Amino acid sequence: MELVLENVSKAYGAQVALDAVSFAVHPSEIVALVGPNGSGKSTLIKAIATIHATTGGTIAIDGRDVRSIEPIELAMLLGYVPQGFSYTLYSTVFETVLMGRRRYIRWSVSDEELSRVQRSLDTLEMGQHAGKFMDELSGGERQKVFIARALAQEPAIYLFDEPTSALDIRYQIEVMETMRRITREQQTSMIVAVHDLNLAYRYADVVVVLNRGKMVGCGKPCDVLTPDCIRSVYGVDSFAIENEFGKFIVPFRARLPP
Amino acid sequence: MTGTPQDAPAAVSVHSLYKSGSARRLALIAGLSLLVVVAAIFSAGIGTVSLSPEDTILAVAHACAVSIQNFLHTYLPVAGSWYDAIPFTVPAPSNPQAELIVVGFRLPRIFLAILTGISLAVAGAVMQGLLRNPLVSPFTLGLSSAASFGAAIAIVIGPAVLGGLLAIGSDSFVIIMAFVFGWLSMLLVYAISRARGVNQATLVLSGVVIGYIFSAGITALQYISSNEKLRDLMVWLMGGMWGASWGAVLLLIPLTLIPVFLLERMAWDLNALSAGDDVAKNLGINVNRLRLSGLMIATFAASCCLAFTGIIGFIGLMAPHICRMIIGNDHRYLIPCAGLLGAAILLVSDTAARTIMSPVEIPVGVIMYVIGGLFFLFLIMRARGRGLY
Repeated sequence: MELVLENVSKAYGAQVALDAVSFAVHPSEIVALVGPNGSGKSTLIKAIATIHATTGGTIAIDGRDVRSIEPIELAMLLGYVPQGFSYTLYSTVFETVLMGRRRYIRWSVSDEELSRVQRSLDTLEMGQHAGKFMDELSGGERQKVFIARALAQEPAIYLFDEPTSALDIRYQIEVMETMRRITREQQTSMIVAVHDLNLAYRYADVVVVLNRGKMVGCGKPCDVLTPDCIRSVYGVDSFAIENEFGKFIVPFRARLPP
Repeated sequence: MTGTPQDAPAAVSVHSLYKSGSARRLALIAGLSLLVVVAAIFSAGIGTVSLSPEDTILAVAHACAVSIQNFLHTYLPVAGSWYDAIPFTVPAPSNPQAELIVVGFRLPRIFLAILTGISLAVAGAVMQGLLRNPLVSPFTLGLSSAASFGAAIAIVIGPAVLGGLLAIGSDSFVIIMAFVFGWLSMLLVYAISRARGVNQATLVLSGVVIGYIFSAGITALQYISSNEKLRDLMVWLMGGMWGASWGAVLLLIPLTLIPVFLLERMAWDLNALSAGDDVAKNLGINVNRLRLSGLMIATFAASCCLAFTGIIGFIGLMAPHICRMIIGNDHRYLIPCAGLLGAAILLVSDTAARTIMSPVEIPVGVIMYVIGGLFFLFLIMRARGRGLY
């Protein structure tokens, strides 16, 4: 499935949250959205998921405007993982993941659906926690449960809003490795908002840089995430180092406002 | 190797977890159903005249047999003679008054308590799910007060003014007024819940405030109403099962069970809504439509029952909560369990209300305030340092 954004804009009254953002996402691609807090990453992801309406431009999946697609069908195309936590006290892990299959469940739950839940939990090595209650988990484990729910949804396009923010570095790498493998294997794509520029650098095929709702960069990580770009967007001085493991960005100093 | 086709870690498979969970939930439904039946038999037997359980059951069975016989003889004489030929008779209870006491007086009251318990508890469970707030219930959202205000208007002004125009009976007028005002309060709550920046505590607070406003209206009505109407009104506001009659019960059976069925059909969407509005939308659920229609149906069921019983508090808070603690959050099972537990709690409380100080009755509303208030405190204490929802 190909996702094309054209001049997507969103304003809350006079405040512009997104200003004519255009880019395309192809199958097997991971697109990283980077930018400072309040730059519009979450707003853009919610606009694609049709959680928030846009005020201009079009978002189309294979040429069809997302607003014209029935919510039920859209649920099979887009899998959204929110930034914040929202869960219910008395829900267990597997029940939470099972919700990803909501569209395929009429009343009783078939063994097939349960197998899919089991698979997505196993993919993230969360199988042993299946029977636990959500409030018995650590913040990082909970975040993995929400990712597992999106995996169980088996969408064509994953929309992750800072999925690794509560994970420790090991889990961050694991989750991104898993997502890269899944997108390659299933020919699916993923749009992910991240703060860690090195994660974007290592795992994204395309990096989209947002600043105050405007798209200020779009392209391969090595072309876009330059010290100049980071300085102008984040106000941070950085340098890149390269060794046998790849290229890394090292931010080292915040520039004082002029 | 345990012979499972997959090499999944045998510790906890999702399949076995799901099956054991379902079994536990079905067991709870069965247990609660049994509890309601036993409580009903027990309740029908005690009072100013106490009857043995055998007499209670015989009284009901005998009355059923006699009325079936009468029905057949009147409308289907052929089947009637066939029925008479069956060598099966239900003996009359040993206490000759048993049938009148049980069927005439106690059973309608028992049914009213059960139906009210079901509708308030189911409404509470659904409202908690829809608004994603564990502290909401028909009582805490002001619905009870609002519906009672509507019913109070109907009692004080009487059907003469409006009901006469619509040519409807006074019972239906009370129900319609209770529903209209109940629904009005829910619309207010819904509007508040949609406003930006409203958190869960604010929602409950605004419900309490809405409740107070309608309570003030009730007080004003008490002040202006005549003596005999005031008495009717007071009986109402204390909340009790005095309004019980077979007519009321037969009316309430469909008015309770149809909404429960409709709400039960929303169970999966309610489950998905627990993941939050944004995720629920992404799962293909029309969140606004679900919330509005769910609130409307729950309000309808609760208001209809409240129209006959007056203000009964906290049952819609307690029953769903206890069930959530036992079987978790799957609304497919939570809705029936909460309904049955609500029925059991209200039935036992009402039985206590009419027997503790026999022959003087305490309004069951008063008992529910005491039990429910303590439970509310327990919830608040338990929630400290831990998310409620």
